[in-house]
Amino acid sequence: MNEIELIFILYVFVLAIFVGFELITKVPPTLHTPLMSGANAISGITIIGALIVAGQSNSDVTISLFGLSVNIVAILGLFALIFATINVTGGFAVTDRMLQMFKKGK
Amino acid sequence: MNLSINITISDAIQISYLIAAIAFMLGIKYLSSPATARKGNLFASSGMLLAIITTLFNEKIISYELIIIGVIAGSLIGVVLAKKVQMTAMPQLVAIFNGFGGAASALIASAEFINLNNTPDRFSILMISLSVLIGFVTFSGSIIAFLKLQELISGRAIVYPLQKTITAICFVIIITLSLYLIFSTTSPVVFIGLLSLCLILGILLVIPIGGADMPVVVSLLNSYSGLAAAVTGFLLNNLLLVIAGSLVGAAGLILTTIMTKAMNRSLMNVIFGNFGAVDNSTSGSDNSDKIVRSTSFEEVAILLAYADRVIFVPGYGLAVAQAQHQVRELADLLESKGVDIRYAIHPVAGRMPGHMNVLLAEANIAYDKLYDLESINDSFSNTDVSVVIGANDVINPAARDTPSSPLFGMPILNVDKSRNVVVLKRSMSPGFAGVDNDLFYMENTMMFFRDAKDGLNEIITEVKDNLL
Repeated sequence: MNEIELIFILYVFVLAIFVGFELITKVPPTLHTPLMSGANAISGITIIGALIVAGQSNSDVTISLFGLSVNIVAILGLFALIFATINVTGGFAVTDRMLQMFKKGK
Repeated sequence: MNLSINITISDAIQISYLIAAIAFMLGIKYLSSPATARKGNLFASSGMLLAIITTLFNEKIISYELIIIGVIAGSLIGVVLAKKVQMTAMPQLVAIFNGFGGAASALIASAEFINLNNTPDRFSILMISLSVLIGFVTFSGSIIAFLKLQELISGRAIVYPLQKTITAICFVIIITLSLYLIFSTTSPVVFIGLLSLCLILGILLVIPIGGADMPVVVSLLNSYSGLAAAVTGFLLNNLLLVIAGSLVGAAGLILTTIMTKAMNRSLMNVIFGNFGAVDNSTSGSDNSDKIVRSTSFEEVAILLAYADRVIFVPGYGLAVAQAQHQVRELADLLESKGVDIRYAIHPVAGRMPGHMNVLLAEANIAYDKLYDLESINDSFSNTDVSVVIGANDVINPAARDTPSSPLFGMPILNVDKSRNVVVLKRSMSPGFAGVDNDLFYMENTMMFFRDAKDGLNEIITEVKDNLL
């Protein structure tokens, strides 16, 4: 990564935090639990990094485990992917389950 | 002039990521009202699906076996957890999900460390160290938070000698090892040492924090899981990770601030204060010679049935007793008699932000009857009966009136201003802060010593049989 790319990403980072603050301060207290679980599901975006790591088999760093030659990068990728997928699917599903319970009075 | 643009696969991926980022922002924007919130979640999840499908076209991906295994396994576990969990157990579920997000980021950074081969650049190693630090602290810290909330280990603050010193030493070694990796050699042994210490640091940080401070801890870990994703975005040069991670980091930080303000404590005090470590019944006022008025379900039922305005004040005890459906049943009965019912919810009631709101929503109580601290506090003075169910510290008038009280300065619900107060509670034991509650000794207060669910059931039966 060169300096220009880094500065560019820093801009995006700082601006995204500002947008986040603006959007989230408008969420009413009654929705704070769904906000948290929904935001949590969004943080599962790291799944796209996990997909790339799990899908690349060009690493030749292997260890021997119980006589099997294991590609460490692939194993790390697999676990990252499982964790991130739980985070994403579980997070969105449970948020939806909560939100459908919120009803307005007659 | 040639105006044709060649869009490569990589450009298409970036545009698709931009759409996903917009979907995340709209998703959170729609959370500003319960009426549109579900649509917001649909937006955000669609954005995520788009991002996942798009990523599969990344040129670096050459085999799909592990991807299929990982996605199927993760989806099964995630969906089962989401469908099975009880609403009262929501704080521990969110805690463990936070942890998984953090772990995923840290594992990706670890894989990148191995992929660096012989061409390490210092910026990448800095980002890898940060991602491993934040990600694994989030992971092990969340597991401890989960164990405490699930009561698999003591919910009390666990303290031991030299606790802060040990935590500080652990942190200093982590920094030293990171600097060594950045400026000296990328030794795998040093990296594994770093990784292990980060996991230990997460445990050390959360173990001394008591159960009722978990709203702050869960919010903070939520923020960290976002930050871990953002740092991983810097590492992978991926803007979508940076944007989504920043949004979540901001969300967690705002919630953390709201929680600490509602406790009138600093974040440092929550993390390092060992609050609720011992059962110290210190009190700002001496209540030993005062009289407590105990009551029965008959009396409470009559009081409620003939009231004009009633406010229910739920706390963690309601969640423990799973009594939200009983509250709703009683409220329905009273409303059919023309009683005006509202609910007052303190920001730190329960074990995570908004915990009580979700429980009451589960019991089909309309969200427009739920009021927060500011919007209801002036209404207590013209309320006939306030019914406190399993709340304690958040209604202690000493926090408002007694400067010597440990709770002094914490914003409370002014329950004591209402004409009558009924406190549904199993015993006189103090709340999490270990402070005796002045409210229990006031003239307008009646103590109904009962488990929340059983007590409410008795009142419901009495109202049904004799007062309709």
